[in-house]
Amino acid sequence: MASFKRARRTAANGAFVVFSFVTTAIALAVLAVILWTLVAKGFGGLNLHVFTMSTPAAGSEGGLLNAIVGSAIMCSIAMVIAALVGILAGTWLAEYGRDHWYAETVRFVNDILLSAPSILVGLFVSQTLVVPFHGFSALAGSVALALVAVPVITRTTEDVLKLQPSALREAGVALGTPLWTTIREVLWKSAGTGMLTGGLLAFARISGETAPLLFTANGNQFFSLSLTKSMASLPVVIFNDGLSAYDDLVKLAWTGSLIVAAAVLGTNILARIVTRERKPK
Amino acid sequence: MTTADAALIQRPPPKGAKLDPVFKWICAVAATTLLASLTGIIITLLIGGWPAFATFGLGFFTSSHWNPVTDVYGAEGPIVGTLISAMLALFFSLPIAFGVAVFLVEFCPASLRRPIGVAVELLAGIPSIVYGIWGLFIFGPFFAQYVQLPLMTAAPAGSMWETLTQGVPNGTNILTASIILAMMILPYMAAVLRDLFNTVPVQLRESGYGMGSTTFEVITSITLPFVRRSAIGAVMLGLGRALGETMAVTFIIGNSHALPKSLFDSGSTIASTIANEFNEATGLHVAALIALGLILFLITFAVLAIARALLGAESPA
Repeated sequence: MASFKRARRTAANGAFVVFSFVTTAIALAVLAVILWTLVAKGFGGLNLHVFTMSTPAAGSEGGLLNAIVGSAIMCSIAMVIAALVGILAGTWLAEYGRDHWYAETVRFVNDILLSAPSILVGLFVSQTLVVPFHGFSALAGSVALALVAVPVITRTTEDVLKLQPSALREAGVALGTPLWTTIREVLWKSAGTGMLTGGLLAFARISGETAPLLFTANGNQFFSLSLTKSMASLPVVIFNDGLSAYDDLVKLAWTGSLIVAAAVLGTNILARIVTRERKPK
Repeated sequence: MTTADAALIQRPPPKGAKLDPVFKWICAVAATTLLASLTGIIITLLIGGWPAFATFGLGFFTSSHWNPVTDVYGAEGPIVGTLISAMLALFFSLPIAFGVAVFLVEFCPASLRRPIGVAVELLAGIPSIVYGIWGLFIFGPFFAQYVQLPLMTAAPAGSMWETLTQGVPNGTNILTASIILAMMILPYMAAVLRDLFNTVPVQLRESGYGMGSTTFEVITSITLPFVRRSAIGAVMLGLGRALGETMAVTFIIGNSHALPKSLFDSGSTIASTIANEFNEATGLHVAALIALGLILFLITFAVLAIARALLGAESPA
């Protein structure tokens, strides 16, 4: 009887082990299949034209130059805005606000923004920066992307600042240093790696975002550097061309997907390398 | 001596001391920007969507008649589509996320723990749009040929099975959208669950093993009860993501506004409807789409607020 019970327990556990291994294999297989298809479908379209010509009309030759440049410009502006707001807000939460009820509120709001659907950010910016000015603009796109990035940076900044030993702050006080000098010269420097990681993760997130750009920067068939006009971006080109009925546009969309995925995954991996290198010290 | 004392007493305030309150103030303004953004989103959606609520009243929620030509909008289709696809996605991904988390915590050799953990997290990094194009061109056709068609042909006439599998076998339907969604939320939930399992004190787990428990018993009677509350929070977090996902779903859900009649019927979600129509919309159509946005916001807000309450402030969001 006892041995039967034992066999049953062993069998249940065996099934559980198998289940756990199989599910992990499924998850890894999905990643492998997606990456493999991206390379298989997108690599063939990678040539010099992709980087030297703007998006084509169906049937003609073209590349992704305007979209790549557009994505780079809008992501850069967004990152500047987001870093400024996010680092200061995170600093306030960690160093000044702490347990104050207002800090708790801001923390809650930040968590909501962190997971809120990005398409709603697009709607918001479109209603406040596109409709009143009668037209799509790269600036509106940048602001929308910044709104997606700010919560990420705020969160990581607060988290890494909280990890810094309070001895650092006390040392500043003992020297008679103003708190803001201690923050700038000591805390930000010792938390620098962590903040950089947060920035990289935020960049990785916004460089693949499509929904906030659709109604703000929209797309632009031509090369444009103007911040007050609509601007092309890789994700929007993938969206438009991927759903089009033309094989050459779909092929271009795959190549764009490969570039976006490579950029995003590369940044993600870089963020992890940055964190790991400093840790042993 | 006296001069030194005098110097001590008359020591000027440290450089930059006057700017201290200014810096604090600037930081507080930056923090307030976050609050202002969220308030701005809510107010914009309320104002923009109001005409739709005013025109259609409760009918906006209960009618599935969505027609931009006649300017009549009932949002039941997208709302139901959003809820169904998110729930199905959760249903598919929860067991897998659980299995992955258990594997990483209990069975994985230490040397593989980090690479596999990173690989799962990378799955979360792949942009939504890439899942979309992959779903439309690779997964959809595969699914249609090897899952949809066999299931439809095997369905006995008049059965529940037949009702559930009605539709066109083209791979763009509620079920494929849910499966792609499941792939997208899987890594988030796996990562949060893994972190939660790691918070269980080692002594607690080891005392379980010391009693002769199998891994299965340790997980079900020690680990899971210990993290129960937070685990539900993690699941809600995944649900929140699934509700708001836009681009991938827009590619593969088929985009029809009617109430989905089966798993293989095309449908729409709130996010996909907005993504598809907002730029071409005018007048009341815009208001109806923004009203949809408000509904989506309220749903995700509720889900995320519950998730956060269950997870506690310190957990990853």
